[in-house]
Amino acid sequence: MELKDKLVSSFFAYEDGLDVQSPLHDICSDAIKKFDEKGFPTKKEEAWKYTSLNAILKQNYSLFPKAETGLEFKDVMRYFIHDIDSYKIAFVDGRYSSNLSATSHDGLDVCLMSSALSKPKYRAIIEKYFNKTANTEDSLTALNTAFLKEGAFINIPKGKIVDKPIQILHFSTGKEPAMMLQPRNLIVVGEHAQVQIIERHQSLTENPVLTNVVTEIFADKRSLVDYYKIQNDNPGASLIDNTYISQEKESHASVHTFSIGGHLTRNNLNFYHKDERVMSTLKGITIIGEKQHVDHHTLVNHACPNCESHQDYKGIYSDRSTGVFNGKIIVEKEAQKTNAFQQNNNILLDDKATINTKPQLEIFADDVKCSHGCTIGQLDEDAMFYLRSRGIPTKEAKALLMYAFANNVLESVKIPEVKARINKLIAKKLGVNLGFEL
Amino acid sequence: MAYTEEELKKELETKEYEYGFYTDIESETFPVGLNEDIVRAISRKKEEPEWMTEWRVEAFRAWEQMIEPEWANVHYKKPDFQNISYYSAPKKKDKYNSLDEVDPELLETFNKLGISLEEQKKLAGVAIDVVMDSVSVATTFKETLAEKGIIFCSISEAIKKHPELVKKYIGSVVPKKDNFYAALNSAVFSDGSFCYIPKGVRCPMELSTYFRINQAGTGQFERTLVIADEGSYVSYLEGCTAPMRDENQLHAAVVELIALDNAEIKYSTVQNWFPGGKDGKGGVYNFVTKRGLCETNAKISWTQVETGSAVTWKYPSCVLKGDNSVGEFYSIAVTNNYQQADTGTKMIHLGKNTKSTIISKGISAGKSQNSYRGLVQVNSRAENARNFSQCDSLLMGNNCGAHTFPYIEAKNKTAQIEHEATTSKIGEDQIFYCNQRGIDTEKAIALIVNGFSKEVLNKLPMEFAVEAQKLLEISLEGSVG
Repeated sequence: MELKDKLVSSFFAYEDGLDVQSPLHDICSDAIKKFDEKGFPTKKEEAWKYTSLNAILKQNYSLFPKAETGLEFKDVMRYFIHDIDSYKIAFVDGRYSSNLSATSHDGLDVCLMSSALSKPKYRAIIEKYFNKTANTEDSLTALNTAFLKEGAFINIPKGKIVDKPIQILHFSTGKEPAMMLQPRNLIVVGEHAQVQIIERHQSLTENPVLTNVVTEIFADKRSLVDYYKIQNDNPGASLIDNTYISQEKESHASVHTFSIGGHLTRNNLNFYHKDERVMSTLKGITIIGEKQHVDHHTLVNHACPNCESHQDYKGIYSDRSTGVFNGKIIVEKEAQKTNAFQQNNNILLDDKATINTKPQLEIFADDVKCSHGCTIGQLDEDAMFYLRSRGIPTKEAKALLMYAFANNVLESVKIPEVKARINKLIAKKLGVNLGFEL
Repeated sequence: MAYTEEELKKELETKEYEYGFYTDIESETFPVGLNEDIVRAISRKKEEPEWMTEWRVEAFRAWEQMIEPEWANVHYKKPDFQNISYYSAPKKKDKYNSLDEVDPELLETFNKLGISLEEQKKLAGVAIDVVMDSVSVATTFKETLAEKGIIFCSISEAIKKHPELVKKYIGSVVPKKDNFYAALNSAVFSDGSFCYIPKGVRCPMELSTYFRINQAGTGQFERTLVIADEGSYVSYLEGCTAPMRDENQLHAAVVELIALDNAEIKYSTVQNWFPGGKDGKGGVYNFVTKRGLCETNAKISWTQVETGSAVTWKYPSCVLKGDNSVGEFYSIAVTNNYQQADTGTKMIHLGKNTKSTIISKGISAGKSQNSYRGLVQVNSRAENARNFSQCDSLLMGNNCGAHTFPYIEAKNKTAQIEHEATTSKIGEDQIFYCNQRGIDTEKAIALIVNGFSKEVLNKLPMEFAVEAQKLLEISLEGSVG
């Protein structure tokens, strides 16, 4: 049976578990209708021109894990940023794992989507924010909404500066031969509040996993949201990440995406400006090889005056890997004095590697400063020679230059431990030990 | 070449201004609608050989299966292809003597351009092939060119006189099934220009085609084929106008350029089809397929100034097949009122050490939408391919839009690709500076726009550069605000 049919038919089984009276039920059944109508995106769609899901959709994914699997913290500790104190929300095969987590209701809510959806005290927040920014027309987002069950719910009240980072981890144990996960996160950051969040998806075996995650983030007035996505999964795992960020007046949201592992990764990162003087930062480092495929689709919708956005994506591609970057900036008529900047630099290391990039500007306002730059090239031969002539072996010299290339993005990482972790991951990916940290 | 000014004058004097721009010429028009019979009838009318007829019919059959593309960033009412006449030829060719009959609109345009018709006649050194309502009316300077072995004639003449060349090259760069409009053109093209430059010949003058839609309710489908044989050089100009009409007219041309080893083709276009009224009524739909093929060491350079048409859908492309070949694209697209333009280029790098340059300047005013859409593709065998792209947009007012859709695909690690784009408006301080020096705002804008477009204007041949500058001014008239 095709995965689409399987999903649609199993929705009816899943529907039995829902309360027919709740407004949530309507949202879910509308969503499955949307998905049924549109199906999985194909290469014929402009947004999926360079990324084909065909191969990964062929797997016979189980949608609901049969048994709960307990994991010991020491077994998975290395996937956490464990050298700092943090709030943790961990999921194993889509279910909440209390022994891996450290949640809180003390002055802020770091808890579960399922409890936020069921408890009356969160009803107002859910009604106000849930499924509001997410693009209900997008078939994959609709699919996620239809099977809405679990995920992280973070609610930072007005004026709260969160004392330590929050980590969201999704593990898949590989108990099932193939597994499809659809976590749903909702993050509400109140006025003047500040938060740092780290998200990671990790499979523990080589078994195929398909994760279709949707994250909605609301940044209220003058809030600060700092989000890090670490994507270093096993070669069997594929990830479709849909993130929607809605920003109010003078808020600042930034998302860093580090794509190093995984079979196929697709990042749909969308920023919507709701008021003036908003600042958005989108940065990413992609270092992949073998037959990996990473696709970054970003959208910044400038709808209000005096807003800024900065994008900087660096990619290094070797072997037969494929990289895609599609950065879209829309500046609406009202959004005068917009300052939008976008940069995408790529290095191809092997003949079989491919990069497809499409920096796209759609501008309807006249008093704006918009620019984008895009390059594809190689490591500088003169620089290589310089390093080699000083006794640095080719491999290390190459790695040094690649570090330097990616450093622009790393510089703006605000949590030193995350920076150190990314450095290690990059060094491991490049197969070198430079003996220092940048 | 011994071609003195005296001789030139004589040749010009003996030729009356027979490539006229008349609105009231009686013409022979086919009934509206399109089917296989019409395609065959066009072919018969043109006394074409059997292979040409079959080629057209094949294209028509393919077209029937195709769906009109919708991906472009333009919105318009789709033309009803069964409500267009596919053939319209001026009947009496001996009637174009008096200047009084010239379309006053056109005269006005020429006056605005500062080119009197007298002067037009004397655009020295320019051989013109005029295509009016799809039929080639006259080709000047034929003898002079023939001395050099250059063939410059209408494509229907070429089909009869040089079938071996046409048969070999037609459809070789733009296959008849390439896209919806190319297939339509292949089926019904009524005329166009043909040019062949023999080995090692440097064409002594600019060759030029002038396109004009005259008749109401007709579509214009010309086919241009330019072949530059090994080591030759040619510079080709193309100009387009149409009178004002309320309904939308369709223009779907195909241009194929073939530059063999070491050859160079420079193709310049000044497109000024009727852009529609201030309220967005009427105007020409310009759906054109232009593509060039470069063999080893060859070079193709496209330069275009797009000021007209209600809807433009045009991507002059270069297939850089041979090693060391070079492709260039210089474009200015101006849109005003309700005009929409989706234009750009494709650079397909197949050979080693191939180079391409893209400079695109978009200027939008009024309620218009201006898009740049381009593709730079480096295939896995294209070692050391190099591309530089720059697209700048200038916005006037906040009712217009500027968009860029650059596609960049690299499959070779030695590729070096750069792309940059900026969007801005005319600075108030720039205008203030001009005002302060006694230059009124309208003039100041023209000045600034000219500066903005300089890089492209510089690439145009002399005759066109002046005209193009003036055209820019006219197109932007009244957009100050």
